[in-house]
Amino acid sequence: MGIINKSRIKSPWVIHYDCTSCNGCDIETLACLTPLYDVERFGIINVGNPKHADVLVVTGSVNKRNVRVLMNIYNQMPEPKAVVAVGACACTGGIFKECYNVLGGVDNVLPVDVYVPGCCPRPEAIIDGIVLAMAKMEEKAKDMKNTSDKATELKPGDEKKSAG
Amino acid sequence: MSRSVIPFGPQHPVLPEPLHLKLVMEDEKIVEAIPAIGYVHRGLEKLTEVKEYTQNVFVVERICGICSFMHAMAYCQGIESLMEIQIPDRARYLRVIWAELHRIHSHLLWLGLLADAFGFESLFMQVWRNREKVMDIMEETAGSRVIISTNAIGGTRRDISKDMLLKIRVIVDEIKEDMKQLEPVFFNDYTVKHRLVGVGVLTSEDAYSLGAVGPMARASGISQDLRTTGYAAYGELDFEPVVEKDGDSYARTMVRLKEVYQSVSLIKQAIANIPEGEISVPVKGNPNGEVIARVEQPRGEVLYYLKGNGTKNLERLRVRTPTFANIPTLLKMLPGSQLADVPVLILTIDPCISCTER
Repeated sequence: MGIINKSRIKSPWVIHYDCTSCNGCDIETLACLTPLYDVERFGIINVGNPKHADVLVVTGSVNKRNVRVLMNIYNQMPEPKAVVAVGACACTGGIFKECYNVLGGVDNVLPVDVYVPGCCPRPEAIIDGIVLAMAKMEEKAKDMKNTSDKATELKPGDEKKSAG
Repeated sequence: MSRSVIPFGPQHPVLPEPLHLKLVMEDEKIVEAIPAIGYVHRGLEKLTEVKEYTQNVFVVERICGICSFMHAMAYCQGIESLMEIQIPDRARYLRVIWAELHRIHSHLLWLGLLADAFGFESLFMQVWRNREKVMDIMEETAGSRVIISTNAIGGTRRDISKDMLLKIRVIVDEIKEDMKQLEPVFFNDYTVKHRLVGVGVLTSEDAYSLGAVGPMARASGISQDLRTTGYAAYGELDFEPVVEKDGDSYARTMVRLKEVYQSVSLIKQAIANIPEGEISVPVKGNPNGEVIARVEQPRGEVLYYLKGNGTKNLERLRVRTPTFANIPTLLKMLPGSQLADVPVLILTIDPCISCTER
């Protein structure tokens, strides 16, 4: 786990899921990837497969139908993982809070690490949120290292064994 | 041949939104497509009955973040005709400017996503780089990049200064120049044409009978553009609907790219003709009666049905969004096509799921 976790700190791969967002936060999340903001300079890549992802970026509040999909994505992500709630709706339910089909913020169903407020948050704020999540991931990785068996730790020259 | 079912979505890399289709396949060929919706349903139509009619402007803006201004515009125009409010001329022109800026940003967003769907990532980046100029104008004029909340019942909430109007005119020209440079890639590139020409052909008869709206209908040769009805200040501006004959994905790309130029021209005309004066009138009383308001969004016609009962709450608000009208055409195009074309076909209707499901 050692070397994988260490390299992950610097380049978190992001998976984005739109719960019931109005698209505003989604297009701002996508705008982060494009040349003006270009998160790839931090090693942040948007991936489509939850099994490749470290950070789950959720936009919009959770409703009764998509809660199962969101849990599925979260459960498929490998440890250590972080959840970033982007936008007012993902943080608290926002303007949709009183709607009959809305369960509220993402923290009702998942442990959220970073909240990015705003309607919609600016791309800078979203990038900052992901960078904060990187720090959280580092802590989580340390905790995992302390609790895991010392014998499975990597020694120099052992990389090949764990690469598969 | 045995059939298999492939789920497309709700979480899929090609669309940021959760569209879910069950694709019934025979080998690589699609036999049937069954949509499953409800992932973005919030119940906004019900929410509008609880909120006051003036607060609803903010609710309808959040039906969809991409065309938020046009949703608010349709709602405000509906309430204004219900309450017989005459909005100032300057507000009508300001609405056209912001609405066309939204159309440019929505079409550029779509062109980029389409490029991403057929795997041309650098084209996606170039188009989105260009789009940031529109977002900068939005931020400078309204203080927010996406949901700008400048519409209000009785006019607009903000004014655009003379200097800013001149600056907008320069920036939209830059956008046009940049798109002219990218245009040959969309229109002439061999691989791009290979992915678009003849893919998802929708005949004029099919488009009409399935009730297609917006660029979907216009790419199939139906000259239908609600802006020609002359709402806001469109009646005083000079433009023709962009129409293509072929009805395939290539024609739809052409329509949307040409509409970017059309919007640039409309913005410049509006800036040239904008009168001085007030931007809003005070609103008194409560709406009573029922009305239908229609506005041309980037994706097509949006229809608002509003029913007031003389109180500050509306009795009913119903929205028929353009994507809802265009989904039948998608279900018509998908059977018989290849699995690899599915991302392009889905994007070609420019789906907005949060509009459709509200």
